Amino acid sequence: MPALEINNLKKIYPNKLEALKGIDLNVNQGDFFALLGPNGAGKSTTIGIICGLVNKTSGAIKVFGHDIDSENSAAKSCIGIVPQEINFSQFETCLGIVLNQGGYYGIKRRVAMKRAEKYLGKLGLWERRNEYSRNLSGGMKRRLMIARALIHEPKMLILDEPTAGVDVELRRSMWDFLIDLNQQGTTIVLTTHYLEEAESLCKNIAIIDQGKIVEDTSMKQLLSKLDKETFFFDLVEPITMLPDLNGLSSKLIDPTTVEIEILRKDNINQVFDIFSSNNINVCSMRNKSSRLEELFLDLLDNNNRTD
Amino acid sequence: MPLQSLFIPFSTIVIKEVSRFMRIWVQTIVPPAISMTLYFVIFGSLIGPRIGTMNGFDYIDYIAPGIIMMSIINNAYANVVSSFYGAKFQRHIEEILVAPIPNFIILAGYVTGGVVRGFLVGMVVTIVALFFTDLHLHSFTITIAVVLMTSIVFSLAGMINAIFANKFDDISIIPTFVLTPLIYLGGVFYSIDLLPEFWQKVSAFNPILYMVNAFRYGMLGESDISITHAFIMLIIFTITLLIVSLQLLNRGVGIKS
Repeated sequence: MPALEINNLKKIYPNKLEALKGIDLNVNQGDFFALLGPNGAGKSTTIGIICGLVNKTSGAIKVFGHDIDSENSAAKSCIGIVPQEINFSQFETCLGIVLNQGGYYGIKRRVAMKRAEKYLGKLGLWERRNEYSRNLSGGMKRRLMIARALIHEPKMLILDEPTAGVDVELRRSMWDFLIDLNQQGTTIVLTTHYLEEAESLCKNIAIIDQGKIVEDTSMKQLLSKLDKETFFFDLVEPITMLPDLNGLSSKLIDPTTVEIEILRKDNINQVFDIFSSNNINVCSMRNKSSRLEELFLDLLDNNNRTD
Repeated sequence: MPLQSLFIPFSTIVIKEVSRFMRIWVQTIVPPAISMTLYFVIFGSLIGPRIGTMNGFDYIDYIAPGIIMMSIINNAYANVVSSFYGAKFQRHIEEILVAPIPNFIILAGYVTGGVVRGFLVGMVVTIVALFFTDLHLHSFTITIAVVLMTSIVFSLAGMINAIFANKFDDISIIPTFVLTPLIYLGGVFYSIDLLPEFWQKVSAFNPILYMVNAFRYGMLGESDISITHAFIMLIIFTITLLIVSLQLLNRGVGIKS
């Protein structure tokens, strides 16, 4: 039984905007799943429908086998949601927010208090439990939303861009927390703009664009489709002109930085050979962007061309 | 669904609602006490003796039930409309919408919050009234039943207003332009027998007339309207608003896109 099963899901908003054009999606139990797409692709609409915040136009969704229409309560009990926007009361304390959420899920106060201590503690907020939520920093507010989403210990956690606007250190600690949670059996569905995040964390991936799923596969398979990569080469000494690079697409960004596009079938050693024969010394090299980012842009480009 | 799994979310909403208005008691409990004190001073103590009696009662005794009822109506309405719209505005209504809570429990929780505030403010204003006059109590049961039903009706009305509201203006338009005129023309300060026959018939369309008179009957044993008629109207208002607000929540009007 999949953790999440979406069949032919359509959403047309009252202003006639067709946000979802019949998407199908399966997320397996225990998966760490990425749902990627540009702004306005339909990610948040999909998540909103799964969680009961958006009315669907047609289609079916099952969460751990529970239909969201006929077994709404059972389906909702399996889901924890961390939304994109801050959506808790600014006039309540951190502890109050988490305990109330437990109450909404029918969890006794005594049990909710233990879980609040556990999750607020793990997310570094227990010391600030009695502070009003409005006094927290942006990163703390995001962590508070994660603690709130876990108070009923859901089987599936959905995070809609959880690390948007969060500094690098905090983002890494949130990744570790999510990896740990996933290893304990919680299915995680993540939308993010940071493709590096999806590449590092997720086992499977779906890409949504203009209300359609344009790719639904494993991260490994998707990355194997990449037929070219762009690298930056940092040079020891400045140069004024690039040597002939056997027809490879290349650009001198500045006197000490060269950008070269290398196809999968090409041998990267040839670049070093040419540089060496021209007395050009390379001190470092790096990817221009993450591999997933290049694929992502290619897929969206293809989708736009076929429309 | 087990009863306990319904009771916990219900009590959570109620406790949250009551804590909310108690936390800001200076904004929620004190103002009605002050404004109603002014009513008693001006209309009861200063102008009242010059008016004399109304339907056989001293004027201050006659208006006291109406003034108490006015504060109950205003506060039951204000509590739900401001709290539910505030939750929509700050988006923390989503905390409730994502949880497995049936809509009737959400409605019951918010309405109970409104009823508790209505009762509390009603009690405060009653205590204020005792400084100006000796209150009568004709029927405790009728008095409590009317307060309960009236605060339910206006909590439900506040919920409907909040559901449709898209901006803060929308939650002040109805109380200012609809509720206040209906309260003042609902027999709080006068008997409708004083009105010309045409305006008496027009007054029969004002729901607050039935509530004020039923409450006055509970306290003084005197009413412009038959108590049975008043209760029938209260039951009709309660059921109608209950059905409408539940339907709106079920359809997700104003809260789901």
